[in-house]
Amino acid sequence: MPAVQETVERVRRIDVDQYRYGFETLIESDKAPKGLSEDTVRFISAKKNEPAWMLEWRLEAFRRWLTMTEPTWARVDYPKIDYQDIYYYAAPKPKKTLSSIDEIDPEILKTYEKLGIPLREVAILEGVEPPPGGAPSANRKIAVDAVFDSVSVATTFQKELKAAGVIFMPISEAIREHPELVQKYLGSVVPTSDNYFATLNSAVFSDGSFVYVPEGVRCPMELSTYFRINERNTGQFERTLIIADKGSYVSYLEGCTAPQRDENQLHAAVVELVALDDAEIKYSTVQNWYPGNSEGKGGIYNFVTKRGDCRGRNSKISWTQVETGSAITWKYPSCILRGDNSSGEFYSIAISNGFQQVDSGTKMIHLGKNTSSRIISKGIAAGKSQNTYRGLVSAHRKATGARNYTACDSLLIGDKCGAHTVPYVEAKNSSATFEHEATTSKISEDVLFYCIQRGLSQEEAVGLVVNGFVKDVLQQLPMEFAVEAQKLISISLEGSVG
Amino acid sequence: MSLLEVKDLKVRVDEREILHGLSLSVNPGEVHAIMGPNGSGKSTLSHVIAGKPGYEVTGGQILFRGEDLLEMDPNERAAKGVFLAFQYPVEIPGVTTWNFLHAALNAQRKARGEDEISSPAFLKKVREVAKSLNIPQDMLKRGVNVGFSGGEKKRNEILQMALFEPAVCILDEMDSGLDIDALRIAADGVNALRSPDRAMVVITHYQRLLNYIVPDVVHVMSKGRVVKSGGKELALELEESGYAQFEDAA
Repeated sequence: MPAVQETVERVRRIDVDQYRYGFETLIESDKAPKGLSEDTVRFISAKKNEPAWMLEWRLEAFRRWLTMTEPTWARVDYPKIDYQDIYYYAAPKPKKTLSSIDEIDPEILKTYEKLGIPLREVAILEGVEPPPGGAPSANRKIAVDAVFDSVSVATTFQKELKAAGVIFMPISEAIREHPELVQKYLGSVVPTSDNYFATLNSAVFSDGSFVYVPEGVRCPMELSTYFRINERNTGQFERTLIIADKGSYVSYLEGCTAPQRDENQLHAAVVELVALDDAEIKYSTVQNWYPGNSEGKGGIYNFVTKRGDCRGRNSKISWTQVETGSAITWKYPSCILRGDNSSGEFYSIAISNGFQQVDSGTKMIHLGKNTSSRIISKGIAAGKSQNTYRGLVSAHRKATGARNYTACDSLLIGDKCGAHTVPYVEAKNSSATFEHEATTSKISEDVLFYCIQRGLSQEEAVGLVVNGFVKDVLQQLPMEFAVEAQKLISISLEGSVG
Repeated sequence: MSLLEVKDLKVRVDEREILHGLSLSVNPGEVHAIMGPNGSGKSTLSHVIAGKPGYEVTGGQILFRGEDLLEMDPNERAAKGVFLAFQYPVEIPGVTTWNFLHAALNAQRKARGEDEISSPAFLKKVREVAKSLNIPQDMLKRGVNVGFSGGEKKRNEILQMALFEPAVCILDEMDSGLDIDALRIAADGVNALRSPDRAMVVITHYQRLLNYIVPDVVHVMSKGRVVKSGGKELALELEESGYAQFEDAA
């Protein structure tokens, strides 16, 4: 059998068994009645003890949502979603009010342990080997916020963050404790009327993370949120809001997993980032929602709106994403380059296998003067999957000196998958400099045979070549997660647990 | 027992027979040269020994230390000690040579039931090997063959040969794309790796390479068979009279 053919066969055989995170935690939960109505919105708001303005905000979004229709322009195909057949709120039933991490249901702690996420306040150091010649791993700490179905169950390192003045807490708490900040910024980047899924999220979001980094503060550690969908028939609608005040810096990472289920589950999140003058936000995602089984049954619909606003001068927002999971991904982390001299970056690795469908990319909207943006996208399609890069780069009339560099590379494994690149470029300003490069290639039999002749197995060879292909993007991830992501890439393509 | 024994090998590609019953016997310590015109099946032979997909073996055997090589996957053959130096080594962007060699060596060691070699120990080893072959260290940090000159690519093959310490090395048209200086450097590398336990099969069009790598046995291939075998003087004879005399013999 020719080498590539064999790889294709192996990739095809990859089954749900390869999804390591497919277990379910049996735990009592408190759910809203199934379906969506004003009552559901009121129920969620009441559960969260929200102030009246928040409920009003949600209801307005809900009423708006009723008038909207689901978008169909993405290159994805799925049966119609019955929005009345979903639970919009599920929370682990608390035995009592929690005052410390030790009081969290041990079943939930076990779940996070299985996922490899320590909620105890320990530094993540194990298992990371420094690269040859590279600096040894510094004693870095990572603060974690864990969201289980609809609620945040634990946020670590609170004391240390507080000392630095950084607010990192579940958004449901921030609504109560820092209403002035939430009211000022929530919906200011992704308005409630933005798009079908963002509007739905605005109405029913239950939790997510809130970060505020005060003026001049460099956040002393990586911030991280892990999202876990556990309940059956539950949608997860998290909302994340990150504000970097003048001259501050923060690096944030999110990870996502879900149990294996036959039915599809909806995940419609909204992430808003605001960077003021001279501030920088680095946002990384390792998305590994359940992708469905080898016949394309089950899996998460990941319909997400992520947008950053470089509101201040010299501000910078950088998105890095490693997308390996979900049955369908519909996601375009974008930057609005409003402040003069602001810059935006988008680094993406999107891997699709089996019957996965990915339609992802970015928008770089140049509004301020001398703004710059950079897009590096690596799409890898295997099995019978479809992988689309869709991107928009635009320069406003007043955005003199706007610069963009885009490189979209696609790699195909086998002959039953597809890679598509849909770039939109709009320059309303003659001083804009936009560069676009795109390549599509297949892993050649000659390259595989060369590796195999040197002793590597078929799977190791594919893993090596793919990791080389995505190297530019992997380098953008915090080191601990780059190691994790590298393993994840090998697993999602090869079926050999690294 | 021979180290490598090819017996009456018949090979097809896309329904067309390329090798029509080829035999070859190579002992440890020997260097064999296989010469022949374009299309005589030289490269096919090297690919089939290494296990490249796309060739159908319709008859005969290849034994390596008495074991049936054709039953083994290509990576298994590599772990057992079969090494092919490619005529056109491929480029692997984003994968450093260092990383590639480490992964390959560990895969071979694992297949043989040996312990994997740690990063620091490997780094030390590969630096020593590179130094002994006068290969600059910075080559190890670059992407595998990416942007390498023809000469550098061939030296990278020789570096790998030295590192993996195979029992049989097949050198497929090592001289192609090399100028005379690069050829000499590459040949010096190969000569440094000659040893009483190791056999080499050097495939080439031209006698020129054999001035630098002096063979013990020379075989002339034509139309998918070995038509004549002899000592190193056979190569010189060929250089004078050409391959035409063997066309009829085939």
